[in-house]
Amino acid sequence: MLTARFFRMIEGRGLVFLGIMALVALLVPLCNLYVPPGNPFHVSNGTVVLLGKYLCYAMFAVALDLVWGYCGILSLGHGAFFALGGYAMGMYLMRQIGTRGVYAHPVLPDFMVFLNYKDLPLTWWGFQHFPYAMLMVVLVPGLLAFVFGWLAFRSRVTGVYLSIMTQALTYALWLSFFRNDMGFGGNNGLTDFKDILGFNVQAQGTRAGLFIITCMALALTFIIARMIVASTYGKVLVAIRDGESRTRFLGYRVEHHKLLVWVVSAMMAGVAGALYVPQVGIINPSEFHPANSIEAVVWVALGGRGTLVGAALGAVVVNWLKTVFTTGWLAPYWLFALGGLFVLVTLAMPKGLIGVWEDVRARLANRKAIADAKASGAGSSDVRSPGPQVPR
Amino acid sequence: MPFAPLLRSFMLCCLVVLSALALAATQAQAQAQTPAAMPAQGERLAAGLERFKADSFADTEAAVAAIAAAGSAQGVAILSALADRRLFAGAAGVFYRDAAGQAFDALTGQPATIPADAAMVRLNNRLRNVVQAALGTMTLLSPDPAQRVRAAEAVFRSRDASALVTIEAALTSEQNPRVRRAFEEARAAILLASADAPEELLIAAARRIAEAGDNDAISLLRQFAGQTTGGLKAVIDQGIVSIEQAQRIRAWGQTLWFGISLGSVLLLAAIGLAITFGVMGVINMAHGEMVMIGAYVTFVVQELFRNHAPHLLDWSLPLAIPLAFITAGLVGIAIERGVIRFLYGRPLETLLATFGISLVLQQAIRTWFGPTNREVSAPSYMAGSFEFVGLQITYGRLWIVVFTLCVFAALLLVLKATPLGLQMRAVTQNRRMASAMGIRTRFVDAMTFGLGSGIAGVAGVALSQIDNVSPNLGQSYIIDSFMVVVFGGVGNLWGTLVAAFTLGIANKLLEPFAGAVLGKIIILVLLILFIQKRPRGLFALKGRAVEQ
Repeated sequence: MLTARFFRMIEGRGLVFLGIMALVALLVPLCNLYVPPGNPFHVSNGTVVLLGKYLCYAMFAVALDLVWGYCGILSLGHGAFFALGGYAMGMYLMRQIGTRGVYAHPVLPDFMVFLNYKDLPLTWWGFQHFPYAMLMVVLVPGLLAFVFGWLAFRSRVTGVYLSIMTQALTYALWLSFFRNDMGFGGNNGLTDFKDILGFNVQAQGTRAGLFIITCMALALTFIIARMIVASTYGKVLVAIRDGESRTRFLGYRVEHHKLLVWVVSAMMAGVAGALYVPQVGIINPSEFHPANSIEAVVWVALGGRGTLVGAALGAVVVNWLKTVFTTGWLAPYWLFALGGLFVLVTLAMPKGLIGVWEDVRARLANRKAIADAKASGAGSSDVRSPGPQVPR
Repeated sequence: MPFAPLLRSFMLCCLVVLSALALAATQAQAQAQTPAAMPAQGERLAAGLERFKADSFADTEAAVAAIAAAGSAQGVAILSALADRRLFAGAAGVFYRDAAGQAFDALTGQPATIPADAAMVRLNNRLRNVVQAALGTMTLLSPDPAQRVRAAEAVFRSRDASALVTIEAALTSEQNPRVRRAFEEARAAILLASADAPEELLIAAARRIAEAGDNDAISLLRQFAGQTTGGLKAVIDQGIVSIEQAQRIRAWGQTLWFGISLGSVLLLAAIGLAITFGVMGVINMAHGEMVMIGAYVTFVVQELFRNHAPHLLDWSLPLAIPLAFITAGLVGIAIERGVIRFLYGRPLETLLATFGISLVLQQAIRTWFGPTNREVSAPSYMAGSFEFVGLQITYGRLWIVVFTLCVFAALLLVLKATPLGLQMRAVTQNRRMASAMGIRTRFVDAMTFGLGSGIAGVAGVALSQIDNVSPNLGQSYIIDSFMVVVFGGVGNLWGTLVAAFTLGIANKLLEPFAGAVLGKIIILVLLILFIQKRPRGLFALKGRAVEQ
């Protein structure tokens, strides 16, 4: 009964997605840890990290799709929440280094010793405790999103204006985190991590473990997002997307609805960032760069806005393309490809890969229906082609 | 009037001799041997030089006095060589090297080789001061007014009492008001330093220095503020206060000017966007790349001039302006026809597509011109600076402010006074009605976008003068440009103007307290807060236009 409701809520596409996630979470660490190198089924350590990175991006894309695809809030600064989550995790990892740093200071991270800090800034207090750091991973992006969203939605800043404001937000953070005075490592950011919860970050087993956790977090994020959009609340969100004024006139507190989904999405992005940092081993201010946030938007657009699965798919596809392009002789053409992708997606496939897939399926089903009709009642002319079903 | 300078130099010559005599009178030793009759300059120089050979400090001092008294241009060279340890004396004569290392005979001033037996003329600390003072005095009487001012300023700082006589003498005949002022200030400084002058003279001197009102004056006054009492102290204190006040006003003026300068840069970057985004409502993320294209057009034009017509290099900028307009405008029209026209009414998609275009354009420039900064030189009329009521103003910045205002005026004129402008406004206000009136709306769309892009290209020409011409040039302006347009109110050119200057000045006002980066962050945060309060900007459109 409950499982039936769950399946209905997740939808067929989502089930396929969750199935693939379970498979990946199982197979990739297995093939990495237990298949010897040289075997064609072996997955190298580098690939595990790379895939883990893609999945973090996918999680980030799901968070972005939740606000953009279902509530019409195009955030060009979502990278800020991702990076803040990453910094919170980075701070925990920095505190874990302890006396193993270059300067071997028991409390202060290396860069603080280098910059002549006398004692730990208030912002760093408590980050040696894992639970506190994890709380901050969701709390800091959530709080920033709450303040920003509360101000923005209450004064009815919408559409493009809101997008530009979010961009300004991440731009301001980008500039701030470059400053050494901020106490977050300035230009170099946080790096040289040693271990997480006592496990060596570089170790193969830890990497595999982090990969599995990332898969689970992505699945969980997806399920939460699905629960939100399948609920009545989700229907109101879609109503806001399609006609904000009408929804308001129907008596819904639009700004409250928007604020909730906005904060939830920011927290998801923060978690994605937090999982990203131990896997790639560094967090620096460039994560705040506005271009990163816009790039994330194109992942969602390519995969299919408002489908959640599509967002994750788009993130993986674009980043895979990026890896392919930037590691070979194609490197100078990556920006051409990415730029072209932006134009292509907006002009030719506004519903993204998922939309194209649905179109193809609808057309195939249509053709099959006609063929069936022809086969069953030859000559009868009352069966007409229903035409391609373009979902609106 | 060729007569006047001639007369002046003649008088100066007389002065040189007179004051040199006066100076010589203070140097008893040297005086003892000078013949009563006025010898020719050359003889006195020779007599002075002769004493360098003795290699004793007393003789060297006498020699310095004699050379100072001779007062020839040659003397300045000799004394500065002495001060810099480039003077050599031997049996064959006295020689010096100039700063470049070329050797000269001190007596004749002709190039010569220094004989092996010639030794460097030594100095001690006291002598070094004597040489400096003598040099100062000699340049006080230089025929070049700028040099006289510099010498007076040097005396003002050194407060060398021995220069007083020369200054007094020079003052009697000095015509140039600037030099006169400098001399009077120097005299006042010496008087104040001597302290044994009568009080009313000291007070007058303090007043005079307070009037000078620069950094040297205030440090001088501060130095004496503690040592004096009574009426003089009151005058000095008052002088310090008034100078501080004047300096504060000047600092504000300077900040204001920097703010206006930054504001004009912002306006220049944003003004094209005020058309494409403000008037048409197209979110053009490739706007910064139009600016970049303009800058690269400037670079190409300048390269062509450098290679084919170097003597006309100064004309490269005026020529680059129309070329940048046309190039960027054509690229803009191509973008509008190729992409944007399919996306009207879908602002978020437009934003993404134009961002993609901006990536492609950046990469294209990077492929053709390389990722490094390209050198665009400033034409001669944009180099240098001048002083205006105590403010240092560089010509480059001034030109950019003037240029920005011209572009703004031209744009207003196009929008308000040309048929194309009329059609643009008609189409943006009511597309269907305009179409019904026979306006080719598609054509007008393309032209409007082309105009906005072209203006961005023109901005690139100016920005190439103050920023690095690199593929990233546009990116650094895009967010600022959007901020300016949104702050000013979309669809309002005057709003854009006010917003640009407000942001520019606010930025520069914050900089001294918060530093450049933090200042910028504060402005951004304030802007974000401002937009919450007034989501439609400073000068929001009212009435029906709002709902579109």
